[in-house]
Formats: sequence, structure tokens, C-alpha cells
Amino acid sequence: MPQIVPTLDEALASIADGCVLAVPRENSGVAMAATRALIRRGVKRLELIALPTSSLQADLLIGAGCVALIETSAVSLGEFGPAPRFTAAVIAGSIKMKDATCPALHAAFQAAEKGVPFFPLRGLIGSDVLAHRPDWRMIDNPFGNNDPIVLLPAIKPDVALFHSPMADRAGNVWIGRQRELATMAHASAKTIVTVEKIVDGDLLADATLSAGTLPGFYVDSIAVAPRGAWPLPLPDHYAWDEKHLAEYARLAASEEGFAKYLEQYVYDRRAA
Amino acid sequence: MTAAPPEQKLSNEELLASVIADLIGDVRHVAVGNASPIPATAALLARERGGGKPYVSLLQSRKHNFFTDGGRELFDCAGQGRIDVFFLSGGEIDGEGNINLVSIGEYEHPKVRFPGSFGAAYLYYVVPKVILFRTEHSRRTLVPKVSFVSAPGTSPENVFRNGGPIALVTNRCVFSFDQTHRRFRLESVHPGHAVSEVAEHTGFAYVQPAAVPETPSPSAETLRLMRQVVAPELAEVYPQFAARIFGVRVPA
Repeated sequence: MPQIVPTLDEALASIADGCVLAVPRENSGVAMAATRALIRRGVKRLELIALPTSSLQADLLIGAGCVALIETSAVSLGEFGPAPRFTAAVIAGSIKMKDATCPALHAAFQAAEKGVPFFPLRGLIGSDVLAHRPDWRMIDNPFGNNDPIVLLPAIKPDVALFHSPMADRAGNVWIGRQRELATMAHASAKTIVTVEKIVDGDLLADATLSAGTLPGFYVDSIAVAPRGAWPLPLPDHYAWDEKHLAEYARLAASEEGFAKYLEQYVYDRRAA
Repeated sequence: MTAAPPEQKLSNEELLASVIADLIGDVRHVAVGNASPIPATAALLARERGGGKPYVSLLQSRKHNFFTDGGRELFDCAGQGRIDVFFLSGGEIDGEGNINLVSIGEYEHPKVRFPGSFGAAYLYYVVPKVILFRTEHSRRTLVPKVSFVSAPGTSPENVFRNGGPIALVTNRCVFSFDQTHRRFRLESVHPGHAVSEVAEHTGFAYVQPAAVPETPSPSAETLRLMRQVVAPELAEVYPQFAARIFGVRVPA
């Protein structure tokens, strides 16, 4: 039974130092308020796995020194330019990088949700993405003839963390058509969700809503965080805060600017 | 909402979108990744000219995106051959069609780091027509050999592959790609640019025919569709681009 807890810190308690933490792409519902709470708590050595990419969330966590390793297909601020703290950390060698490609991450999470050890994927052969992934294997298709194919080991995160529009009191979470959030939750040992609001009634009772609902069965803790994806978007609810992201890109270009950003928007709880 | 007057001068972006729309051809489904306003313009233009065909999936759009099975659906769709055209770029692109979206220098200690490969290490193999697009045509971007292969331009015969590059469109010219001989061929040079200039700014060897035509400018009808029908649609996803190129203003 999922716990609906009053504070972000209580919801995030199971994200310990060294946690293998799965997070979604920018436009699926990123738990940004929770991310700021993790930085305030000073979490260390996270192994961050993006499904399949990340933007501000990874850049903030990396810049704040919370990340030991990241597995992702890309980290970028999109229209706002490169992710400056990610870029600086990779060049400095201060984080370990596991470069992937989007469908490889989707497939490896699917392997975990099915409880199978690996998933095969086309493409990849002859790329340096594959060359730098000793944990991926190439085999000859056992049902074919001279048909090499890559196998990806299942990704089984300790915790999945994301933000969604609403949950009911039983902990069922409405994710809409962001189906990768369900895959993430199915694949992870624990799932922590922040939501805009808790609603009365049963999200599973109505077929229109239940099709987009992650059953509480897969959820461990929930906290309410209004505008919890800010400054990133929450699909169908609010858009990017363009002004803020432009300011972030400008400040995070230098370490000093980034420290100023943390002080103003992360450590000062009135702003967060 | 207002659109540019038809007498406005042809912009480079409009020329490139028109070129790409012609390259798309008669297909069923075109998908456009993130941060690609010119390919998105081209795809929507192709759809207008085709009377609703092809399907266009703009990954960043809420409206022009029918996927309901999460982020994986695009890739599952492509894996089955249900996406005919996609667009890729690269921090570096070389003469064999290899693209680099990762880094320059030693992988563990790079000199330059790009965001990452996104879906390229898969889509380049399974989408029949991949159009490479790079608006900085220089020896820095078009190199003899990429530093990191996010995805190779071609593969050995036994490697499953029913897709790959068909063309490279830059701010100076259009190259086609010959998958058999693994090389680009200069097809046309944009108005105001020269064949010698392309040679000067290209870091890889390519085939140059004796006569290279000028890239055709869009017809009046194509331009009208782009400015009056496509541009307002585009504003949902690329408001800044739509405003800058087409003068489309979405009321707040």
C-alpha cells in the first residue's frame, strides 16, 4: 500500500547514497521539486538512469555533486543549449558516463518489467556506442543465419522517481499517455511519485481514467508538490518556464554562476 | 494570428525546408525529432502538398504526435518499418556518412562533449530515408573521419539494415549519399553560393559532377503553403522560429 506522506523529504527517504535512480525524459513529468529536495539533503553517488534522456534534472544533480554515474542517450537543455554542468563533468572526468541510445534504454527497462535477463535490439552494430558498452553483448540470432544482434541486460533500478498530475487516496497515479512512466515503475524495486494533487474517488473505477493510471500496487510513496515539475513542463498542465531555463543556461555556464543558482533556487526553500 | 506577406523575400530557412520537402517524396510516415524546426517545416509542407499524406509525427508536439504507448512507440514503429523518413544531424559528419553526436577526442577524456546519440544508433539503421541536416557547413563539422561513431553510414552485408542516409542538406548545398560506394555526391549549390566554396569548406572527399546545378527555389504555391498554412501550425512547437522566419505571432 503506497504511503501518501506530508513532506518531500519523507517521500524521498528511500533514495540513499549510491541509489540507482531512474528518471524520465523532460516532457514526461520530471520531479523537479523532489530533485531540489534531494540536493538540499546532500544525496551522494547516485547512479542516474535516464529513460531515455534528461535535461535540467541531470544537469542540476551533476553540478551539485550528487551523481557518480549517468546512463543516458543524451543530456541537453534543448532549445536552451547544451547542459553546461553535464558537459563540464564529462570533460573533467568527474562522473562515469554510460552512453546509450534511446530505444536501448526503453528495451532494457522492458526486459526488467518482464522479469527476463535481456532484450535484443537492432541497430548499434559498428557504432562506438556499442564499442564502449562492455556490458552489452553481440550474438548470432539463434533463429537466423549469420545475423548478428545486440543483447542488452535488463535495467533494474532501486528507485523510479517522477511527477504526475494526480493520485487518488489509494495511491493510484494518473500518468495519462506517458506510458514510459509505467515501464519505469514496473522495472524498479521502489517507485516514488510527486503529484500536483490528491483527488477523491478511485482512478481505477472509470475506464477512461484507468487506461492512463499506474496502479498503486507499483507505488511506494507519494507526496504532493504543486507545480512539482517546474521549471520543466507537465504535459497538458503547464509548459516550460522559458525565462527561467534561459537564466539557468546563462548562470550554469560557470561554476560560480551555478553556485549562485543553487543558492537562489535550491537552497533557499522560499524559492523552491 | 498573422502570417508573412507573400511578397516577402525568400529566406534560407524556407529554401532548405523546400529542398527537404522534395527529398521526403511520396511516403506514408515522416517523423521529426527534437529541436528540428526546418525539417518540421518540411514535413508539414510535404503533408500539405500531399493532401494529408504523409502522416507527420513531431516528437516535441502535443498536437502533431499520435503516439499513446510512451517514448518507445516511435522506435517500435521504426523497427517495423512504419517510419519512412527521419532526420539526423551530428557535431561531426564524415564522408562515409558516419555521424558523431557524442564527443571529440578520447572518449574517456574528451576535448568536446555533445549531448549524446539520442535514437541515432538505432534509427539510422531502420528508417529507409534518413536525411542528414546541418546548417553549419564547415571543416569543423564536415570532417574526414568522425571522432566517435554514434551511428555508421553503412554496414557490412550481414548486418540487418534497411535504412541509412540518402542526403545531406547544409546551408551551402545538397549532397546525395551513394550507399554502395559509401560517399556523398554534390547535387546542387544554393543560390548565392559557389561550387568552389563548397570544396573550400568541406573536410571530406565527395563526388563532384562536371556541372552542378543551382538548388531550385520553391514555387510561389509552395511558398504560400509554407507561410500561410504550415507556419501557424509550426508555432505550437517552435514559437520562436515561427515568429522569426514567418512573422507568425500566437496571441498569448
